[in-house]
Amino acid sequence: MSELRELYQQLILDHNKSPRHYGRLADANRHSEGHNPLCGDRLQVFVRLEGDVIRDLSFEGSGCAISRASASLLMEALKGKSVTQADRLLAAYHRMLTSPPDAEVDRDSLGKLAVFAGVRAFPMRVKCATLPWHTVRAALAGDGTPVSTE
Amino acid sequence: MDEKGDSLPLITGLDPYEIERIRRDFPILRERIRGKPLVYLDNAATTQKPLTVIYALQRFYAAENANIHRGVHFLSQQATFAYERSRARIRQFINARENREVIFVRGTTEAINLVADSYGRAFVRPGDQIVVSQLEHHANIVPWQWLCARRGARLRVVPVDDAGEFAFDEYEKLLREPTRLVAVAHASNALGTVLPVKDIVRRAHDQGAHVLLDGAQAVSHIPVDVQDLDCDFYAFSGHKMFGPTGVGVLYGRAALLEQMPPYQGGGEMIRTVTFEGSTYADLPHKFEAGTPNIAAGVALEAAVDYINSIGRSRIAAYESELLAEATDLLQRVRGVRLLGRARRKVAVLSFTMESAHPHDIGTILDAEGIAIRTGHHCAQPVMQRFGVPATARVSLAVYNTRSELETLAAALGKVGEVFSR
Repeated sequence: MSELRELYQQLILDHNKSPRHYGRLADANRHSEGHNPLCGDRLQVFVRLEGDVIRDLSFEGSGCAISRASASLLMEALKGKSVTQADRLLAAYHRMLTSPPDAEVDRDSLGKLAVFAGVRAFPMRVKCATLPWHTVRAALAGDGTPVSTE
Repeated sequence: MDEKGDSLPLITGLDPYEIERIRRDFPILRERIRGKPLVYLDNAATTQKPLTVIYALQRFYAAENANIHRGVHFLSQQATFAYERSRARIRQFINARENREVIFVRGTTEAINLVADSYGRAFVRPGDQIVVSQLEHHANIVPWQWLCARRGARLRVVPVDDAGEFAFDEYEKLLREPTRLVAVAHASNALGTVLPVKDIVRRAHDQGAHVLLDGAQAVSHIPVDVQDLDCDFYAFSGHKMFGPTGVGVLYGRAALLEQMPPYQGGGEMIRTVTFEGSTYADLPHKFEAGTPNIAAGVALEAAVDYINSIGRSRIAAYESELLAEATDLLQRVRGVRLLGRARRKVAVLSFTMESAHPHDIGTILDAEGIAIRTGHHCAQPVMQRFGVPATARVSLAVYNTRSELETLAAALGKVGEVFSR
């Protein structure tokens, strides 16, 4: 039961209920789609990249509390960062999620994202937290074609 | 208690005393999960195994193991005898006319692939229609898509209505065009809907079409009589009827099976082999190339005996009482939306919750020792039909109890609490 409390921390529940940066970014110039075929979750990420700086970003899609909160907190953490800083943060986030449940967490680099350390005790749920990670990375690595806003 | 039991009418549910006795036959039900008693509500995925089945597997490997249908030695004869006796028991169980109409396969998926391949080669021509329903498991969709692509046939889909019922009028419209085969579930794994299979078969036969029924979700829950259903093929898995994994059955009408070419080539399925060509064995061996899962096939007899010892009508009656109770309990949990309200259902309840995604429901229930399935249940078209990416699914078996349903309802209440924080 304490593992469950570690998983569903207040910060995660809050970002699940009221995700930040939710919706389609009107002036995005990077876009990617993520899909977890095992559970049917779908996620879209929109990024406004100006030079080397992530000016703004957003996401949309259906998913569980872990994937929504992870997307929401990633958006918050990445906004305003340079691509290099973003890469470093994304690498630290992935390192944490794929480390053993009792491994040390690099709270200094991760900031609020350290809240997802509890996911490691639930191997079947790690993918829920990595889907937004994959999708954001794909968006940043994209070719910069402006996305349609319909 | 026994006297009271004897005075009950023949077809009735099971009383709590009998359920308690049944539960004792399943050792896994005494396990504790995360410190809580196991509440196993994922029976549509696989059922648990009674001791008789576990012992049958153990006995086979400990005392009877040999390959079948070839050795002249004692053990091989014994193993062959046990395997063929199981086939005969299964014939009785589904009321097939002859033992040779019972083909052992790995499971429902292999049975359907066998028909798609072999029947497809013998019968399906360009322009033919294959008809499935919107409720099908992927195993009853993908093989037909492949067959249609190979043979230039067309796959047509009978929709379901908002309650999850098979749209019979739409089915009749589709049948106006030349249809070779209708392949539908007897009962839906995602929603529980029991399809009107007798009527489906009758209308298909009126048009000269054959019918395959996917019985994976039906065979251990409701009585199945292939002659009464009049279907041409009936497919099911051992592991969803208290038997081992790795064995299943394809029932096929002998006259059809005889016209179909073998599925896989190898040992057992041949009569003569020369480098100029081969001739094939008679039914059922023509479709049973290679050494099968002998132990599982033998233990399937024990599973059939187990079901018969309770009685399928009584199982069905008890499970429908449980289903009604579960439906009632779930509806009373705030934010729960049930999908699939067909008039006739097996005990499957698919639902979503306003505040929580199915995976979060699954994780929180797991912490309470409750096992349910979450996701698309290998039936993505059903999810699309109801506009949800996934559902939580509770599926019951004869060993489930009312008190387990109350545990479930209480845990779902907790889910609501966690996610409204």
